[in-house]
Amino acid sequence: MDLSEASLRELRDALRSRRVSARELARFYLDRVAAHNPALNAFITITEAEALAAATAADGRLAAGEEGALLGIPMAHKDIFCTEGVRTTCASRMLEQFIAPYNATVVERLRAAGMVMLGKLNMDEFAMGSSNETSHFGAVRNPWDLQRVPGGSSGGSAAAVAARLVPAATGTDTGGSIRQPAALCGVTGIKPTYGRVSRYGMIAFASSLDQGGPLAKTAEDCALLLEAMAGHDPRDATSHPEAAGTFAATLDAPLKGLRVGVPEEFFGAGLDPEVAAAVEAGIRILAAQGAVIKPIHLSNNAHAVSTYYVLAPAEASSNLARFDGVRYTYRAAGVEDLTDLYQRSRYEGFGAEVRRRILIGTYVLSAGYYDAYYLKAQQVRSLIREDFRQAFAEVDVIVGPTTPTAAFALGDKAQDPVAMYLADIYTIAVNLAGIPAMSIPCGFTAGGLPIGMQLMGNYFTDGLLLNVAHRFQQETDWHRQRPALASAKG
Amino acid sequence: MEWEVVIGLEVHAQLNTASKIFCGCSTAFGAAPNTQTCPVCLALPGALPVLNAAAVDKAIALGLAVNAQINKRSVFARKNYFYPDLPKGYQISQYELPIVGKGTLTIALPDGREKLVGITRAHLEEDAGKSLHEAFSGQTGIDLNRAGTPLLEIVSEPDMRSPAEAVAYLKKLHALVRYLDVCDGNMQEGSFRCDANVSLRRPGAPFGTRAEVKNLNSFRFLEKAIEYEMERQQDILESGGKIVQETRLFDANKGETRSMRSKEEANDYRYFPDPDLLPLVFDEARIGAVRAALPELPDAKRDRFMQQYGLPAYDAGVLTASRAVADYYETVAVGVDAKMAANWVMGDLLGALNKAGLEMEGCPVAAEKLRILLQRIGDQTISGKIAKDIFELIFAEGGEVDAIIDSRGLRQITDSGAIAGLIDEIIAANPQQVADYRGGKDKLLAFFVGQVMKASKGKANPDQVNASLREKLKAGSQ
Amino acid sequence: MAFDAEAVIRTAHLARISLPAAEVAAVAEQLERIMEMVEALRNVPTEGVGSMAHPLDLEQPLRPDIAQNSDRREALMQNAPAARDGLFLVPKVIE
Repeated sequence: MDLSEASLRELRDALRSRRVSARELARFYLDRVAAHNPALNAFITITEAEALAAATAADGRLAAGEEGALLGIPMAHKDIFCTEGVRTTCASRMLEQFIAPYNATVVERLRAAGMVMLGKLNMDEFAMGSSNETSHFGAVRNPWDLQRVPGGSSGGSAAAVAARLVPAATGTDTGGSIRQPAALCGVTGIKPTYGRVSRYGMIAFASSLDQGGPLAKTAEDCALLLEAMAGHDPRDATSHPEAAGTFAATLDAPLKGLRVGVPEEFFGAGLDPEVAAAVEAGIRILAAQGAVIKPIHLSNNAHAVSTYYVLAPAEASSNLARFDGVRYTYRAAGVEDLTDLYQRSRYEGFGAEVRRRILIGTYVLSAGYYDAYYLKAQQVRSLIREDFRQAFAEVDVIVGPTTPTAAFALGDKAQDPVAMYLADIYTIAVNLAGIPAMSIPCGFTAGGLPIGMQLMGNYFTDGLLLNVAHRFQQETDWHRQRPALASAKG
Repeated sequence: MEWEVVIGLEVHAQLNTASKIFCGCSTAFGAAPNTQTCPVCLALPGALPVLNAAAVDKAIALGLAVNAQINKRSVFARKNYFYPDLPKGYQISQYELPIVGKGTLTIALPDGREKLVGITRAHLEEDAGKSLHEAFSGQTGIDLNRAGTPLLEIVSEPDMRSPAEAVAYLKKLHALVRYLDVCDGNMQEGSFRCDANVSLRRPGAPFGTRAEVKNLNSFRFLEKAIEYEMERQQDILESGGKIVQETRLFDANKGETRSMRSKEEANDYRYFPDPDLLPLVFDEARIGAVRAALPELPDAKRDRFMQQYGLPAYDAGVLTASRAVADYYETVAVGVDAKMAANWVMGDLLGALNKAGLEMEGCPVAAEKLRILLQRIGDQTISGKIAKDIFELIFAEGGEVDAIIDSRGLRQITDSGAIAGLIDEIIAANPQQVADYRGGKDKLLAFFVGQVMKASKGKANPDQVNASLREKLKAGSQ
Repeated sequence: MAFDAEAVIRTAHLARISLPAAEVAAVAEQLERIMEMVEALRNVPTEGVGSMAHPLDLEQPLRPDIAQNSDRREALMQNAPAARDGLFLVPKVIE
């Protein structure tokens, strides 16, 4: 059995039947991390000792007869989730030394399920970016081409899963930060319905848009992970009372009669023809399984990026005000007075992109501009949600490309924020509406780069999306492809 | 031409919940620094607020008590500014949609008239921590125990026209929050704080530019600060100057206000709805439950005291000014002459408390004891004079009324034979005064009463002494 | 133009981020480009459209009023850049 290719279900069976111990499994993946992370930079922190201890504990639970879908399985968290006793940096100099005194709810839930954390994954600083180049700890490389970006902001998560350094990872998605890197790295990731996964202990970027979710090799693995992650959390006032769900049981439901909407706006100018062709081919595979394909319109999607770059920075400018150099963050040396402490700690502690978004957010909320920008964007947000509402009156899922292009080269867009923002043109509307969406591998470019297909669903149809994705993955093997690097011995 | 002062007050009442407004930390006062904190109120990354139900209900109670509109849908907003005792870099407050809308409060003016003061709104928000500037040289220490304590900010209309009116309003509101048990009202510890917006105008003219005076933590400071502002603004206006709209700090030591420039520069608060908190929505049933649990409020209680106890408006007002005094009075007045009980509570008791610097909460004489004492006057066991001595004794040293009467032999002498004997002795011992009295010096009666009471060690029934003396002195003159 | 140097400096001060003078022009240019993209919103007809603050049409959940947190000061202050006697320290604040 190739442990690096095994599904979570196969790993569970292997653990249960004692063909492998949790400790051996952790050791196996830690060795892969040691071998490949130097080239990828997917991890910010590797917690080998804690991982082996947790694996030993999991072996104890297994020996005691405990059964759990995830018990003893290794994983890693995006470094945006607070982990008690292990530093949580959000890929920022601001939190470079921050040791959280508590666990995020997601961390707590997966720990309780018996998963073994191997470390904390690299990301764009404070999840602000689409290329993972804004990390204070350096860019993450795309395992398919080390000169290309893995996407962002959950770039470390996607790269680690793609390179088989972990069988599963957590990510967060504010404007595409799970789906876009999943697409660019050829893995499967789901952004759940807003309110499914607790945000407690997940460092906030834009509170009304952020949602945690899993990245893994397959939809089936994501379903098992999401079952463990989702659930109502009384510590998060935006956690939905019916957040919990079972997703694995319905994975095999047939797609016959499934109404699939294809938004024309997602196939216009700016979409790379290779991506378009792969996604169209993917849609035909759904049709071949009995799905009914319907063209639809999401006419306000054109305004999604503009709307997002008012609302997300506005919330971020306020959410990031707590990083002030007073209680736990980076503090500039030799400050003269309080204002100097604030201003230099925040200049030195935040990177350029984070500062840029804080300034945009501060500006759009400031006196005289609130109505013109913030309130206007909230109204357009209503229109975007309304588009989806109308679409879901006619179709069950919406399918389109996750990204306009496959992975771009490192440095390509780093100097042009607007070009970078447009990399999320197909993913942002979903966050504005709060609906679930996922990205699944659907092909490769001629140059060998993965292409992702996006599935979007109505509120709380996360299970349906996973079902569609799983059926798709039964008919295709794009998700089984692995980068050459991952195949190398080690 | 005269200037008219226009005053509006913003009162911050700390709600006396057990836990903070958005987390499960204790709100108890006086703990060691930062020991009542958690990831939420320290604003650690990823921590999220969850609203305290009791804070909501206490806000509703205050709203009902001032006949205000209760907004069944209100929204929490973030007020963004940087200050070291504000951990998140924003204060969670309510901006466009507060929980309590327009209401009114009736205040009694010094001349006895009543005035209706408008309440603009009252909204829920969180308190900041404390900055300790004196603890270390060159450094300020930050204690966040108070951060996240629930506050209700109660904003009045600019309806007050004198420092006395402002004080009357603040006192009334102070009594009200304590009646409702929504705030402990401790002004020294900062549980009940007041800012005043003060401006001058010619009567009938539009409102003038106002100054906001902060840090008014006593009724006296409020009065002094407004008086100071009136003088300051008058001087400026009459010398042709203009009032600057600004925040000023009251310096209690100097009795003056001074500009707080530091607060001025950052007044672009960038309010927006807090995305971590959904709209606060509740139904009529929640309001109904709070209403059902409301205690009798001061105005209603005053009216009832006048009706039920036959008290004059003044007495009823004094006795109902605080819930503790009213409760005390009602315990005393059971089976006792109501007016006598009122006189005792208002005079002897409140006087003694005042002299000892005590609040009703720390009163050393339980209401039940005062009631027994007054009953002993009523049933003629002791005289009023003896009662006052016993009261002072119990106030100072404690003890039981009946035990003191018995052990000290203070029981009143009502036996007419015994009283007659005492009178005879006094008459015999003072022939000159007897003659003078009989010669028309009526005022000497008091002398004889005094002598008899003294001879009885104060125990003779004064009414009987009085009547019997008149009789005997009169009889002898014939 | 929304973002001139003056607007950048004012906004940076509100956000308490110092910007070296040499960076102001470049930052202004980038912010201006972003705001140009955002300006497109002005042309979207939104008359009578409600504002959407949140994706969930839910109400605020309420927490029972129970003081249940224990003293964890040591753990909570372990990351403090400057602290003494249980207090966070900052340069003297002048009011």
